[in-house]
Amino acid sequence: MTKPQAIDVNPSFKENLPKEKFDELDSFVNNLETTRSALIEILHKAQKIFGYLPRDVQLHIARKLGIPGAEVFGVVSFYSYFTTKPRGKHTISVCTGTACFVKGSDKIIERVKEKLGIGSNEITEDGLFTLKDVRCLGTCGMAPVMMIDDKVFGRVKEEDLDNIINSYRNKEL
Amino acid sequence: MVEISNNKKLLRIALRNCGLLNPEDIFEYIALGGYESLGKAITQMTQDQVIDEIKKSGLRGRGGGGFPTGLKWELTKKQKSQEKFIICNADEGDPGAFMDRSILEGDPHSVLEAMAIGGYAIGARKGLIYIRAEYPLAIARLSTALQQAGENGLLGENIFGTDFSFDIYLKYGAGAFVCGEETALINSCEGKRGEPNYKPPYPVEEGYWGYPTCVNNVETFANIAPIITKGAQWFASLGTEKCKGTKVFALVGKIKNVGVIEVPMGTTLREIIYDIGGGIPGGRKFKAVQTGGPSGGVIGEANLDTPMDYDSLISIGSMMGSGGMIIMDETDNMVKIAKFYLEFTMDESCGRCTPCRIGTKRLYEILNKITSRKGTMADLDALKQLAYMVKDGSLCGLGQTAPNPVISTMKYFWDEYLAFIKDVDHPRGEGRYTAKNKIGIRS
Repeated sequence: MTKPQAIDVNPSFKENLPKEKFDELDSFVNNLETTRSALIEILHKAQKIFGYLPRDVQLHIARKLGIPGAEVFGVVSFYSYFTTKPRGKHTISVCTGTACFVKGSDKIIERVKEKLGIGSNEITEDGLFTLKDVRCLGTCGMAPVMMIDDKVFGRVKEEDLDNIINSYRNKEL
Repeated sequence: MVEISNNKKLLRIALRNCGLLNPEDIFEYIALGGYESLGKAITQMTQDQVIDEIKKSGLRGRGGGGFPTGLKWELTKKQKSQEKFIICNADEGDPGAFMDRSILEGDPHSVLEAMAIGGYAIGARKGLIYIRAEYPLAIARLSTALQQAGENGLLGENIFGTDFSFDIYLKYGAGAFVCGEETALINSCEGKRGEPNYKPPYPVEEGYWGYPTCVNNVETFANIAPIITKGAQWFASLGTEKCKGTKVFALVGKIKNVGVIEVPMGTTLREIIYDIGGGIPGGRKFKAVQTGGPSGGVIGEANLDTPMDYDSLISIGSMMGSGGMIIMDETDNMVKIAKFYLEFTMDESCGRCTPCRIGTKRLYEILNKITSRKGTMADLDALKQLAYMVKDGSLCGLGQTAPNPVISTMKYFWDEYLAFIKDVDHPRGEGRYTAKNKIGIRS
């Protein structure tokens, strides 16, 4: 059932979804030993390539695997790691796990929202930042923790936020 | 990452190599006696002997449930099937817990070795490690370890020249707390939505693609190799009567020494918090400790001398969980803590069964009403009633344990709930209050 099928796939060639990226995804799928139980793996790869999982990419994967698009969307919407919206250049993740909560992460995330003028899972107007509240980054020893892309900032204080955010803004100038 | 002092109360079995060896070099692990147990198991012992040894050691699942590991292996072995699977549950979604992460990053080979031993014992040729995508370093270390073990003939075809072959594959999670539940985890491994199934059939009967599957936690696996080398009796001599060995805890929150510790089962909370953790910083007073993450309950000062083992914790309304331990001091408000946990479980409820899907949402709404000082006594009654309803009616462990924070905070910190309702004019909601009206309502 999950074997690749010879169905004509017509990807849409929007500006942000170039054909090369679809080709890269296709070759990844073709090189898999089996596509059985590989949907999550493929979605991880697709998100890495495209940055997010728009409708067209989900449908492309569904056709490629010969499964209903609803099944793909069902999986995408179930897991919090997958996103269907484009992300900003930098992703700010504020940990809202218990250890961080006890140390005041609720105030940190409010301040960040205020400073960026967005809510969680939203993107700033300049396309620079996406804000995410995440459940535990596993670095509870340094609570409260926030992460920008792959860099972890531990023991964050409200006063530090300006400096941290501006250091990323200034990189763009 | 974690410093461990020479405290005499600590005893390291699962963490035996963490921080001592280079996790990216298999030869350091071998030099410290690594893969000896695997060799011993598959060349000198029969499958039943291995299972027997684990059963005699009294090792219980460290993921939180506390099911005897040896028994689980025996049940899986008894199934007649062409193919069987052994899965390592490394989906540590519990906020405030990072024990498994420490093991996977510090000593990945101990898990691989134990999986191979388990695979041999139950008759599986394939193992899967289900790991959170949020742990990129652990994934990298595991991939390196897998590659090195394969190159050195410790995984793959005909291990140690026997006809036992075993391979391990990585499966990535994608951020869903419920996937720590075995049936949900198996669904997720199959690439589907990670929703739990009705049990029975248990995974040991019908698991991954319908084949008998044994799911064990990272920390459980980390205990296997020492049991095989040093013997079941040595392991059974540690801990309490019903719970053998040690347990790893992640000590976080308002405590001086933050980090991962491993202590023999039966160590009391007081010893952990004051002798190992160094007490509460800032000269503040200890208020409560949350064990078992969002599924556990809070434990107040009165129960600090409870020995830490599966059954004692359940008897005081909490649970062992995977081992996260969050310490709270007098400035933390327990109603808000309960609300925080409910927000988490509400978010993570997969929606498969109604009591959990709607119940957690309603519980959260009532708590929200109470903390915004609009609650009435009737709300407290409704809260309690609903909490037990969700607990009794839910399909899987997530829903069955989700109300625990509410139930236990109501039991031990009833006057904080009352304060939100009666002391409406109190100047600070943040815990520094004395309840004016202690009316005679018992929880």
